[in-house]
Amino acid sequence: MAFGLLDVPHVAHPSFLVLGAYATYVLASQGMDPLLAGLLLMPVFFLLGLGMYQVYYATFERRGTDQGLRGIAFFFGIAFIIQVALIIVFGVDQRLVDADYIGTSVEFGEMRVPQRMLVAFGVALALTSALALYLSRTYTGRAIKAVAQDEGALRLMGANPVRIKRIAFGIATATCALAGALLIIIGPVDPNLDRLYIGRTFCVVVLAGLGSMSGTLVAGLILGIAESVVLSTAGTAWAPAVAFGILLVVLGVRPAGLFGR
Amino acid sequence: MRFRYLLAVVFAVFSLAAAAQQPIKIGMSMPQTGALGGGGKAALIALQMWVEDVNARGGLLGRKVQFISYDDQTNPSLVPGIYTKLLDVDKVDLLIAPYGTNVTAPIMPLVKQRDLLLMGNFSFDVNDRIRHDKWFNNAPWGAGALAWGGSFLDTGRKMGAKTIAIMAADAEFAQNLCNGGRALVKAMGLQTVYDQNYPPNSVDFSSIIRAVRAAKPDIVFICSYPAESAAIVRAVNELGVGPSVKLIGGGMVGLQFAPIMEALGPMLNGFVNYNSWVPEKTMANPAVTEFLKRYSVRAKAEKVDPLGFYLPPFNYAIGQMLEQAITATKSLDQKALAAYMRSNEMKTMVGNIRFDAVGEWATPRVPMAQFRGIKGKDLEQFRQPGKQVIIAPASLKTGEVVPFDKARN
Repeated sequence: MAFGLLDVPHVAHPSFLVLGAYATYVLASQGMDPLLAGLLLMPVFFLLGLGMYQVYYATFERRGTDQGLRGIAFFFGIAFIIQVALIIVFGVDQRLVDADYIGTSVEFGEMRVPQRMLVAFGVALALTSALALYLSRTYTGRAIKAVAQDEGALRLMGANPVRIKRIAFGIATATCALAGALLIIIGPVDPNLDRLYIGRTFCVVVLAGLGSMSGTLVAGLILGIAESVVLSTAGTAWAPAVAFGILLVVLGVRPAGLFGR
Repeated sequence: MRFRYLLAVVFAVFSLAAAAQQPIKIGMSMPQTGALGGGGKAALIALQMWVEDVNARGGLLGRKVQFISYDDQTNPSLVPGIYTKLLDVDKVDLLIAPYGTNVTAPIMPLVKQRDLLLMGNFSFDVNDRIRHDKWFNNAPWGAGALAWGGSFLDTGRKMGAKTIAIMAADAEFAQNLCNGGRALVKAMGLQTVYDQNYPPNSVDFSSIIRAVRAAKPDIVFICSYPAESAAIVRAVNELGVGPSVKLIGGGMVGLQFAPIMEALGPMLNGFVNYNSWVPEKTMANPAVTEFLKRYSVRAKAEKVDPLGFYLPPFNYAIGQMLEQAITATKSLDQKALAAYMRSNEMKTMVGNIRFDAVGEWATPRVPMAQFRGIKGKDLEQFRQPGKQVIIAPASLKTGEVVPFDKARN
């Protein structure tokens, strides 16, 4: 949402994802279910997102200095602060959580699928659907889409674009709490994990088409399947190149991305 | 004229005195974040303990020892720059390599070109092609894959295994080990039924484990780094590798680190993996036990691996080797120190070590241990004997290997 709809160079998004994973770890260590922990953390992260956007707006957008490197540097700074804070508090070792659906599998005939992957897939599907519905059916959701298209027109309709953007940023950050819970359910996390995701995150958003919620889910699936196929056929060296290879081809044919308008 | 002469003498005396007071600088990069960060931080504590101990004894050659280290983030591309800085800006006298193969390989050309002594730190076969004569690797596996992969594969063969599946990260360490393993598999007459490399830092191994299961191997030989090792153990636990598998593990880095052992708990049961030191009676060593007592106090305060079995004793031993060589040669001359290390037995906390022609342990000693009877996630259980039973080599053996399926139940 932040990158695709608001044109904010939010490179700290994967860092918030890792922060969400660690916050889930803290609650899960007290015996709470990781999914429930992720859900409970969403309002906290929403407030965090509101605060962060307010700082970004006051420092850059209001002064018109948000373009170019300054905005990116701001979010890189936040990413570094999160990373270092996690290292200081938790150390550099990997962390995992426990739940009934972790460590077990579901059998489909001869095939077994880890239950944690099914849970993560199901929750990701539900979250994406909920976001898509929110953006298309509610007043604020439609305003978020409108602010991405024409901020001036939205202001003329009597809505405050800054407030709408603040809410959108809060929602984007809140989703990091639940996504972080899914991340630590899937596998171990460490404070530097965000580096692995940053390239793929932007690739999925651009491939889907900026602002398309359902598109990100489809783009994510396409990349995941393509990487697996390339891994087992063409070799490991080609797997990391898959994401950007597909992106280049798609942008060549459809510059707005797969589902962009 | 006489006054000027006197002034020059006084100046020279003061300069010499000042030089004598300059500390001996020992520099290195160490993974303190990234994939090997957990192990690297533990190793760093051990080296700092050695520096404190040696300075408490009055230092070396009458000079204090100063230790300079930088975080290389387990990123091989950063390492050559860090070592250039250590040499040209920090002006260090001696170098120690970072922990790990992937981060050590990029500095080998630099030390070879500048003809410098480099103390290796648990890397694998990085001097195989470069053949630098001032490289001394403190790692118990020696040169080649024989002592490491050999004892694992030989154990499988003795269990009646005929087929093998290989899975390895596409990175320097894992490929070095697995390529050595592949040659041994051929020499032993085992049939490879599955062989797959995967990208480093993969988090999901479901498809690979399903493929291994379908191939029905007797042995599964894995060469992986910490995050992957944890993910593989979890995937095996969820999906199973099938009843054909008698032996699984071999070269999984990370299963020696306390946080991962604690997190995986009973999922580790049955895995057979290499190690450097485990609390079994054949490896009992009062010096190591005493060191680990001191280490665990520091590690707890610094939120680092509280067990410290794997790397810390060996990193302290690197310091002991430097101390022995500098004291014996009364010099910091790289050539003299290397000549001494090549021709003398190095007496360390982890045992007496001689180096071979390529600077690896002349007599390797890799305990291949099987996780057994792990219950719950209590870390203290790993301090007890019987939890990591040594099944090879014969000189360290504390029990017979149990087939994977049986060891799980």
